[in-house]
Amino acid sequence: MSGPRQLAGIALFAAAVACVPLVTASGATLNFVMMALYATLIAQAWNILGGFGGQFSFGHALFFGSGAYIQAIAQLQGGLNAWVALGLAVIGAAVVGLFIGGLSFRYGLKGSYFALVTLAFAEVFRIVALSVPFTGGGVGLMLPLREAPSNLQFATRAGYLWVVLAFVVAALLVTWWLRNGRFGAWLQAVRDNEDAARAVGVNPFRVKLGAIGISAAFMGAAGAFYVQVFQYIDPGIAYGSSTSVEALVGAIVGGVGTLWGPVLGAVVLHLLADLTRNLFGELPGINMVIYGTVLVLIVIFLPRGIAGLGLSVRQLWASAKGGPRG
Amino acid sequence: MFDSSILFSSVLNGLTTGAVYALIALGLTLIYGVLHIINFAHGASLMLALYAVYFLKERWGIDPYLALPIVIPGMFALGYGLQRLVINRAGHGKDENILLVTLGIAIVMENLALLFFKSDTRNIDTAYALSTVAIGPAMIAVPKLVAFAGALVVSALLFWVMGRTDLGRAIRAVAKEKEGAKLMGIDVDHVYAMSFGIGLACLGAAACFLLPAYYVNPQVGGGFVLVAFTIVVLGGMGSFVGALIGGFLVGIVESLGGLYLGESLGQIGIFAIFIGVVLFRPQGMFGAKA
Repeated sequence: MSGPRQLAGIALFAAAVACVPLVTASGATLNFVMMALYATLIAQAWNILGGFGGQFSFGHALFFGSGAYIQAIAQLQGGLNAWVALGLAVIGAAVVGLFIGGLSFRYGLKGSYFALVTLAFAEVFRIVALSVPFTGGGVGLMLPLREAPSNLQFATRAGYLWVVLAFVVAALLVTWWLRNGRFGAWLQAVRDNEDAARAVGVNPFRVKLGAIGISAAFMGAAGAFYVQVFQYIDPGIAYGSSTSVEALVGAIVGGVGTLWGPVLGAVVLHLLADLTRNLFGELPGINMVIYGTVLVLIVIFLPRGIAGLGLSVRQLWASAKGGPRG
Repeated sequence: MFDSSILFSSVLNGLTTGAVYALIALGLTLIYGVLHIINFAHGASLMLALYAVYFLKERWGIDPYLALPIVIPGMFALGYGLQRLVINRAGHGKDENILLVTLGIAIVMENLALLFFKSDTRNIDTAYALSTVAIGPAMIAVPKLVAFAGALVVSALLFWVMGRTDLGRAIRAVAKEKEGAKLMGIDVDHVYAMSFGIGLACLGAAACFLLPAYYVNPQVGGGFVLVAFTIVVLGGMGSFVGALIGGFLVGIVESLGGLYLGESLGQIGIFAIFIGVVLFRPQGMFGAKA
């Protein structure tokens, strides 16, 4: 798909999803769409660094949790408005991203080492959050209920849906820019062959740093959004591995380095999770069993993800059409 | 500040824990050295082994130390099968894929355990669990002492297998030069699976030594994963001697960290070592420069 057509696709997607609350008032439906959008947001955030930059983070909860805590603490201790806090959360998460990226990429970490270091940092942050006073320790932080759009708290899921949709659209636009713009070309060049990229004048350190900053900013937004919806955060939710896993699996299952892959992946995983909930009820761990199984199966049988499958079909179709004419 | 007898017993305790850590890290470093993959499912596999030891004791009354000849072959079989049937097929020539598959396996293992065994923390009762032995001014629990000795024996056994047997020679050949080994008639896929099997068998032994003085729950592996990685990175990826020494070092750091900073904050010492080593000396103490 060419650039302008992709933009039209994003606009269509945004308009269609934005209309969902106008069509239905069903709380379950709106909740499903909202959570699927939230999953899309973190998958898309992971995709920016993992898919386009080739840097596989196993600790993306780092940025999610930092955004969530900034969102909560800025309101509780700082007395700031929720929208101002949201801005701080996004910036703060990006700063954490730049710090981690600065350290890791300065010393040339890649592959398993980068994955391990992000995991270790997430664990360090979790322990610190458990031990320092201003995070409320293991008890966590609770946001008081003050339903008003000016407080970023809504009476129905519709308001939250529109907020998270705005972030998803922003992430899609950034992804579009990565696919079509110069920075994205640099980033993909670094992913595919760092030495060759350096030889033609790309600065791999700066490019990767930019990618982790953007990726972390979106994770921070997701964390802030989480706090506003559930009005609660604790170290396990913030820095535990499940958010890191959800972000990564959504992107991988959908197809890394693609525009719509993470959207597909997140929606498919969410449908699967919903389906099992209906079949087996609320069992602890069942979602993660499915995520893990899907991850293993996808890597073995469909290493390019669901979006890659569509691509292969299209290529087959094209060659079938073009074949006889030669 | 603490007086010297408390320090002494803390270091001694750290050494006994460190021996088990070393055993876990030896399995990880063996897998890394041969397959050049980081096994993210290492902690989850240890957790499964701990449950095996737990149920053998609770259902059939088999003492953890007598369970060694059951759990070790069981874990070996699990590792051999996983490598042959799952991990080997996922590579498609890219390291990232292996990383992802072992992560996926870890997620599945941990959450299946959560599903079937619930999140309860369990431990076993043995006659010797609370008996202690005096070493100098320090009192050391008997299970910890057994774990220390047992881990050393198993490590020695592993060194012997790697150094003196045909299997060990084949493993080292494949680790050094895969293509050459293949040309010499070595079945590389089999050696890969054997290495993975032995790596997990180490966990089986570690589980038998750990449980009498420890506990098991579905998340228990997570803590060990980072500790084992720290040791392996510290000792140098693929280095056996490094894993052994790194294990003792990390055991002592954890013990002293807990003494000075408290249980939860004390763990940060380990992560600080890990992050520091990865950033500033990624080849570790004994590893070849990458």
